[in-house]
Amino acid sequence: MTSLTRADVEHLARLARLQLAPEELDHYAGQLDVILQSVARVSEVAADDIPPTSHPIPMANVFRDDVVRPGVRRDDIAAAAPAWEDDRFRVPRILDEE
Amino acid sequence: MGIIGADLVRQDAATLARAMAEGEVSSEEVTRAHLDRIGEVDDRVHAFLQVLSTEALDAARDIDRRRAAGEQLGPLAGVPIAVKDVLTMTGVPTTCGSRVLEGWRPPYDSTVVERLRAGGLVILGKTNMDEFAMGSSTEHSAYGPTHNPWDLERIPGGSGGGSAAALAAFEAPLAIGTDTGGSIRQPAAVTGTVGVKPTYGGVSRYGLVALASSLDQAGPCARTVKDTALLHAAIAGHDPRDSTSIQAPVPDVVAAADEADVRGMRIGLVRELRGEGYQAGVSQRFDEAVAILTDLGAEVVEVSCPHFEYALAAYYLILPSEASSNLARFDGMRYGLRMGDDGARSVEEVMSLTREAGFGAEVKRRIMIGTYALSSGYYDAYYGSAQKVRTLITRDFEAAFAQVDVLVSPTAPTTAFRIGDKVDDPLAMYLNDIATIPVNLAGNAAMSLPVGLAPEDGLPVGLQIMAPPMADDRLYRVGAALEAALVDRWGHLLIEEVPAL
Repeated sequence: MTSLTRADVEHLARLARLQLAPEELDHYAGQLDVILQSVARVSEVAADDIPPTSHPIPMANVFRDDVVRPGVRRDDIAAAAPAWEDDRFRVPRILDEE
Repeated sequence: MGIIGADLVRQDAATLARAMAEGEVSSEEVTRAHLDRIGEVDDRVHAFLQVLSTEALDAARDIDRRRAAGEQLGPLAGVPIAVKDVLTMTGVPTTCGSRVLEGWRPPYDSTVVERLRAGGLVILGKTNMDEFAMGSSTEHSAYGPTHNPWDLERIPGGSGGGSAAALAAFEAPLAIGTDTGGSIRQPAAVTGTVGVKPTYGGVSRYGLVALASSLDQAGPCARTVKDTALLHAAIAGHDPRDSTSIQAPVPDVVAAADEADVRGMRIGLVRELRGEGYQAGVSQRFDEAVAILTDLGAEVVEVSCPHFEYALAAYYLILPSEASSNLARFDGMRYGLRMGDDGARSVEEVMSLTREAGFGAEVKRRIMIGTYALSSGYYDAYYGSAQKVRTLITRDFEAAFAQVDVLVSPTAPTTAFRIGDKVDDPLAMYLNDIATIPVNLAGNAAMSLPVGLAPEDGLPVGLQIMAPPMADDRLYRVGAALEAALVDRWGHLLIEEVPAL
């Protein structure tokens, strides 16, 4: 198994939207590598003919009655928003400057 | 013994409920006694992130009024309870032990909280936890660790260390925990209290902030098996708002606790969950408890679950994978923390700065592990293989339950360790859950109850009982029988031996 480099951790952090500090990259690179080496042993027993389990108690087609019931009030949503303007969430610009 | 003149905070929930029903004491008096106790000791224990004094006293007086008016109330009406800070409660901050949710006031009640209110229970406050329930020591709370009432220098377990410590410090007779890999059972074990992870889907997850959706399960915590059963019955049952909620009657856990009879039951010792790696005093108290079960008329046999040794590895792939996608919602856009929104930075930069500032080290580690395990090229080797191991573990349980009614093991490999000992050693921390994780992967029900103090350090040891899905009643049948035999031997509950704070 290849080991996890500092550059790999930087890439993972970017995918996970975590702006890690340089010292964090060094710290986590070693720790994540140890964890991944340890958990990789699942492949020792995961033979081709074993079906995967995604849910412990399988259920399919779960429906509830289609009736109107009170939802969350918009004012409560607005009160919890980090920024609210003109009855909408205010968000930072969505396009990068290129 | 009458309740008048007794120390109210040392009574169990069943005793308090009976005394209130008979008019010997009011819910307001009981609630005030617990709030006073919290005021006295919680600066040292730090079980609570939020104490709801006004709301609790209002709720208690309401119950007293309704009782006086002759209303039929639930079996736990007026009894105070502590709720882990991962369940939403309208208008009350719900932080999940994280900075990213500091000050967030949810606009709705979780189903568990709704049922507590409907049952007339009095919510005292929200308890401390490892951030987003990731941890086994409550040291990963952004608001500081909780201290174990048996030794304030030691951890109370995790992630539900706040709920367990509140019970052991007599700050509440009941508490709600959540258990994704052992977060109810391991804290119960190291604090000398009782905790149950119900069958997956037995208690609604609606309003439980998700860590790993296929593993998370809320459940009851208390100081006695009977109290745990009463709370289990109050919160369990089908909820149409949770699509994984089981549409079947709740097993009669209260009757099972009352029967407390193991005669003729077959009990399996899991060969892979004992011996090497378990502290000597843990093994000793466990073996003694098993001998008691034999004396009580159970037939004890050894069974093998050969794939359990892979459970920890599978869990630490499945959990981070699910967590990394569940925690994507904390992006600083609709609620919670937002950092660096200076008008110049892009949404992506603001998200990354928010998550960097809002999440602690363990959460970041697991998000990155999950991101790695789910990425193309690694998915089959990691996440796919872990899901297959999950099947193998379920098959191990099925084979074992074809031979026996319940399985037993020590709940945790050691007693409570010192605060700081494992906080930056993730693998050492993960090993605390080695005996509790298989149950979560398979969806079974399990209980931890105290079986003594380890001779080498005088700290509590827990025994785990595991039952098949939807056979939660068997936990209570066995747990209550064992508890009664231990009380006979000691003359009191183990928790009575906790040092005065």
